Amino acid sequence: MSLLTLEGFGLAVPYGRGRRTLVEQVDLTIGRGEAVGLVGESGSGKSMTARAVIGLTPPGARVTGRIVFDGAEVPSGRALRRLRAERIAMIFQDPRAHINPVRSVGDFLTEAMIHNLGTPVRQASARAVRLLKEVGIGDGERRLRQYPHELSGGLLQRVMIASVLAVEPDLVLADEPTTALDVTSQSEVMAILDELRRERGMAMLLITHDLELAAATCDRLAVMYAGRIVEDIDGEPRHPYTRGLMRSRPSLEEAVHRLPVIPGRPVAAFEAGEGCAFGPRCDLAEPRCRETRPPFVRGVACLRAEETA
Amino acid sequence: MTRRLGGPGVAAAVLLAAIVAITLLAPLLAPYNPDLPDLFNALGGATAAHPLGGDALGRDVLSRLMYGARTTLLAPVLVICVASAAGTTLAIVAAWAGGKVDAVVSRLLDVLFSVPGIVFALVTVAVLGPGVPGVVIGLAVAYTPYVARVVRSAALRERGLPYVAAAWVQGRSATAICLRHLLPNLRPIIVAQSVSALGFAVIDVAAVSFLGLGVQPPTADWGLMVKSGLDSAMRGQPLEALSAGLLIALVVAAVNLLGDRLGRQS
Amino acid sequence: MRFLAKRLAGLVAVLLVASFLVYGLLYLVPGGPMAFLLGNRSGTPEQIAAIRAQYHLDDPFLVRYAAWLRDAVTGDFGTSLVYRQDVSALMASRATTTVFLVVYATLLIVTGGVAMGLLAGLRGGRADGVVTLVSSAFLATPPFVVGVILVIVFALGLGWFPVFGAGSGFGDRVHHLTLPAVTLSLASAAFLARVTRASVAEESGREHVETARSRGLAEGHIVRRHVLRNAAIPVVTVAGLNVAGLIAGSVVVESIFALDGLGSLFVRAILQRDFAIVQAVVLVLVTAFVLINLVVDLCYSALDPRLSRQ
Repeated sequence: MSLLTLEGFGLAVPYGRGRRTLVEQVDLTIGRGEAVGLVGESGSGKSMTARAVIGLTPPGARVTGRIVFDGAEVPSGRALRRLRAERIAMIFQDPRAHINPVRSVGDFLTEAMIHNLGTPVRQASARAVRLLKEVGIGDGERRLRQYPHELSGGLLQRVMIASVLAVEPDLVLADEPTTALDVTSQSEVMAILDELRRERGMAMLLITHDLELAAATCDRLAVMYAGRIVEDIDGEPRHPYTRGLMRSRPSLEEAVHRLPVIPGRPVAAFEAGEGCAFGPRCDLAEPRCRETRPPFVRGVACLRAEETA
Repeated sequence: MTRRLGGPGVAAAVLLAAIVAITLLAPLLAPYNPDLPDLFNALGGATAAHPLGGDALGRDVLSRLMYGARTTLLAPVLVICVASAAGTTLAIVAAWAGGKVDAVVSRLLDVLFSVPGIVFALVTVAVLGPGVPGVVIGLAVAYTPYVARVVRSAALRERGLPYVAAAWVQGRSATAICLRHLLPNLRPIIVAQSVSALGFAVIDVAAVSFLGLGVQPPTADWGLMVKSGLDSAMRGQPLEALSAGLLIALVVAAVNLLGDRLGRQS
Repeated sequence: MRFLAKRLAGLVAVLLVASFLVYGLLYLVPGGPMAFLLGNRSGTPEQIAAIRAQYHLDDPFLVRYAAWLRDAVTGDFGTSLVYRQDVSALMASRATTTVFLVVYATLLIVTGGVAMGLLAGLRGGRADGVVTLVSSAFLATPPFVVGVILVIVFALGLGWFPVFGAGSGFGDRVHHLTLPAVTLSLASAAFLARVTRASVAEESGREHVETARSRGLAEGHIVRRHVLRNAAIPVVTVAGLNVAGLIAGSVVVESIFALDGLGSLFVRAILQRDFAIVQAVVLVLVTAFVLINLVVDLCYSALDPRLSRQ
């Protein structure tokens, strides 16, 4: 049985008098211990989807479809808090903004242990030091007394990872965990996260715009565009958008003089017209692509997927 | 402009304009000579002839309110004009010069800012003697940092923009760049900050007059009317104090709202 | 520690400049210090000689300033021309009323303003609307107008509080100084309410609060440990600056309620051109402002670890 299932998940936020759809018709499953990557550009709705799993939706948002975690729909109120506290944890993109700047690193690490799990303060601190060691931070006792502004972004993100490990959740939601870091610490942090997650058998939903990074760490990948999943990648990418993403990133092997870019700008779900949301930017688009939304068939939502494969 | 201010902003502007108009036309509109005592109307209540009654000497309160806006509003406007000019100059010089000049000017402004405005007014009045000139000079000094601090940080930001460097490369003089480019771009901030300072200045000027150290009797002035009205209230006639006090509060509220609206979009 | 030393040095520098200005003001007066000190009184030759001696008018300016400053530091501000008494003694007897008033008003501001701000910031909706409206009204009404209205309604009309005087003994003082303290505190409390509201609203929307929420912490815990703790930084700053404003405002409030405090002594001294008192009161006021600023800065760096360790 899968750990997390999203069925026809959609999300709309209030805008003026009406609503704007940001995510629609998303189906996604994650098995126990499995890592799934959700890839897309900014504004594609991937972060919203991850946040919705633990009920962190914007005020006034309307959620449609079902989110099922471990056999039961995601609850609200006290039960939702317990779910967040014990079973699903989230790693955010920018640790500097997402860790309270006026509380010490030790406070941040032990807060959840003390208040959610009832760990005595002294034990929590000892545990925090061990966790820091696991994420590659040696002088734990000193670090616990430091404040976030005294640590680099890379170190801070490791602290965030340690805080998630402390809870031993079943599922980690990682929202662009390395995007805000400098290039040198990106791969280290990702490696630490992936290794420790595997050791503990935690499942992970990795939100990223970096297709290659997702492919390297995840068991399966889904690509999102304009609030919908356009492709579940299984082998070679078939959707023109996925291929565009692949082409438009620098390769280490071959020198390319100019990176090919996908023309136009990404659109949000509410901006997409009748037909394929990617149609206006797609060099394979045909008249019929403008008429109806391509159905999601055998892992891809493209009318021309078969011909181009 | 109308859309920028929004409904309440327009209402505030209209109210202020109406008060200014009434004050300018006071000689035509006022039913009585504001300085003419009338023993039959002393501490009089509201009647058809005297809608707001009379003060302790029987002078018509409504007429005095109409004339009284002159000192009540003109002195603060003067204060803010001087403070804005001085504050803007200091701010631009500090932001342009940078380094030591900026450090010294900023520190000075911080210190001045930490002393409440009314204290400056009281000190200048102590030296120059009670009256409007002392109050205006003291408050102008007090409000200079209020404008200068905000304008300085805006000017610093503006100075870092490429167009300033471009003008510099084209060989324009520092004065020309400051006057032609910096100043016009800073204008919305200067105006917004000056208007919100005006609200405080109205309160301070009226407070000093209330203490008997600003506008001197027998001139009609709202601050003074609150003071003389307090005596009348002790003797059973609160109309003068209440009407003058309410008018001051209304003007300050309108000015504050206007400053708030102007500040929001600059 | 270095931070504190640096701040203290700055404080002394500000006080030196302020004292120099306060002393120098005497010489800016048209007609010079003698004309000013005598004002519209005609002095007998002995009085003039006494004034010349008290102000050391025959010495060079800097020497006179140094002498005055030396005396002032030891608490000797000379003798009042009007009261013919020691200025320090005159001030000491009146300081109690002013200090009591300012402390009372500070308590009202901190409790009332913060409570209103929290209500508006955390509850939102209608509570927010009411608090915003009320605080706008209070902010726009000058303290002397508030005072006069309070006197008319609660003292003259309802007779709940006395109109004049400071009272004696603690309970009587509280009773006498309630209306003055309310008068003094309304505008500042309104301002503090606004700052608290804005600060709480801003902190509630911060990313780290989302983190806390994602960890399943209880809402009350999040508000206490993250929202309020972080929002306290601007609130403390503004509260401190407001206390400085209260000291200045007490001048006006003492005049409304005929309280015999430092403020009314100051106003009378200005009217009577009693410059020894003016100098002394200004110096005491400036010292108070500077000290309050120092305390605010210290609180600030205690509350915000980003500042204290640099």
